[in-house]
Amino acid sequence: MTTNGGISPQDAKYALETRDMHVYYGSFRAVKHINLNVERQKITALIGPSGCGKSTVLRSFNRMNELVPSARVEGKVFFHGKNLYDSNVDPVEVRRRIGMVFQKPNPFPKSIYDNIAFGPRINGWQGTKADMDNLVEQSLRASVLWDEVKDKLKESGLSLSGGQQQRLCIARALAIEPEVILMDEPCSALDPISTLKIEELMFELRRQYTIVIVTHNMQQASRASDNTAFFLMDNDRAGTLVEYGPTEQLFTNPQDKRTEDYISGRFG
Amino acid sequence: MAEQARVSAESQTAAASSTAVSLDFRKRTRIGESVIQGFLFFCGAVSILTTLGIVFVLGEESLLFFLDERVSIVEFLTATSWQPAIEDFGIIPLINATFITSIIAMVVAIPLGLGAAIYLSEYASARIRGILKPVLEILAGIPTVVYGYFAISFMTPVLRGMFGKDTVQIYNSASAGIVIGILILPLIASLSEDALSSVPRALRQASYGLGATRLETAVRVVVPSALSGIIAAFIIGISRAIGETMIVAIAAGAGPKNFDLSQDNLFGYVLNPFVAAETMTGHIARISGGDLSYNSIDYNSIFAIGLMLFIITLLLNILSRYIVRRFREVYE
Repeated sequence: MTTNGGISPQDAKYALETRDMHVYYGSFRAVKHINLNVERQKITALIGPSGCGKSTVLRSFNRMNELVPSARVEGKVFFHGKNLYDSNVDPVEVRRRIGMVFQKPNPFPKSIYDNIAFGPRINGWQGTKADMDNLVEQSLRASVLWDEVKDKLKESGLSLSGGQQQRLCIARALAIEPEVILMDEPCSALDPISTLKIEELMFELRRQYTIVIVTHNMQQASRASDNTAFFLMDNDRAGTLVEYGPTEQLFTNPQDKRTEDYISGRFG
Repeated sequence: MAEQARVSAESQTAAASSTAVSLDFRKRTRIGESVIQGFLFFCGAVSILTTLGIVFVLGEESLLFFLDERVSIVEFLTATSWQPAIEDFGIIPLINATFITSIIAMVVAIPLGLGAAIYLSEYASARIRGILKPVLEILAGIPTVVYGYFAISFMTPVLRGMFGKDTVQIYNSASAGIVIGILILPLIASLSEDALSSVPRALRQASYGLGATRLETAVRVVVPSALSGIIAAFIIGISRAIGETMIVAIAAGAGPKNFDLSQDNLFGYVLNPFVAAETMTGHIARISGGDLSYNSIDYNSIFAIGLMLFIITLLLNILSRYIVRRFREVYE
């Protein structure tokens, strides 16, 4: 079965490519046989019911799974032609190039300014104070938060509303200038207006960044992504990629019966 | 249709009212409940009443001491000689010794305790943590008298070997201070570890997600986020060090280190940790073990020292509560 749907390799260049990837937690295989090519400067949505492994796949893109002691990844994930799971690859460097935004906004209990400056500082920032001021402003402008916080950069990041906190987290991820931004259900803890703002922001960011987003919300996937990958739990409870293609095609003309059942709300 | 609906609605109302009649909402007295509540209140009251009792006794006896015509409160707080036999009651030498041993203890316990806490919370695997934490707690359960003899029979010879027998006296504050540090290390490590572990995982993930290493995450995110709890642990440790009695009674010295600033060298003698000195607690333990006659001025003087100790630790506890409130991070 081909899982690449309508996307053929010569159409575009890919930011990330997985080759027969499996992820295990201890002896439990959480996802299996994942072959997924993420297009550069597009928004790729990963959808599927709870427990289907979409977050696990997302977290394997920047080696965040390793923070779970029992987790293990088999197979390959290519980034610029380099397998991220080669033994000589430093996960710290991977995470610098492939940033992440989490389900619940998780700003540090520091000032708004220091939240943004944290990433550059730990990555050997050499510039002047004025350069850092500039970088903080640019990052906050890029995440459309600047106008709301420009007068209170010294206040705690935790003083912001949930939606603002999430945009602060996006700004924080942007400050280290990654190529890819992984978003793990970034709107699930937000109200509809904040959700809309994040979606608009994603479209802005697409010009410069490749975005992979996990979402529970099918409306969100259908309106805010270019490509969609549908995951499902197999009989052995391992998540598998059922169908992958341009979002419009996947939602209007799914190739797989299971995709059709899911998007029409028959289960999940 | 409408008729039927009305009839069925009526029958439902009737059914509802008939069940209502059988309900009994009268208040019942539950004796067991009040007995338990009274007992639990008593348990809480005992500790409060005990504290009040201690304050009362300390205050009463101290008052007798300060009302004595041979004692002046100014002299008590400023004079640098404590010799009850010749009616010198200056508490500064005792406070000085207490501060020297406590500061040495903190110099030992804070870095080691915080280091151990960071290791346990950020680096150790679940298996290693499962072994180390109980061992740490066993260390906290060793009687302090054992630590006292450890100080005099092990730490003092080590110090004398390192710095020379001329420099280090047999009884000295340094040995006692270091061993108090070892004594409170598990306390500080355990409380700091609790504070570090309660930092949400999401913050660590955010830090790792930005390309931080384990050390950067621990030092720049987790420790600052847990700072209030860590500082509170330090202050509890200091209170414990100040109140520690057995180790200093055995190893620090058996007489107040009285001094006269016009004659004695500040660093060579007054603040020198290698000289014998007696702390507030050590003095109380030694004097009350002797043949003190009840209601003599010597007897009352130990309550004045006790009151002083109580005030110092109370101030530290208030400070620790203030710090915990002031710097507590609310994560959500």
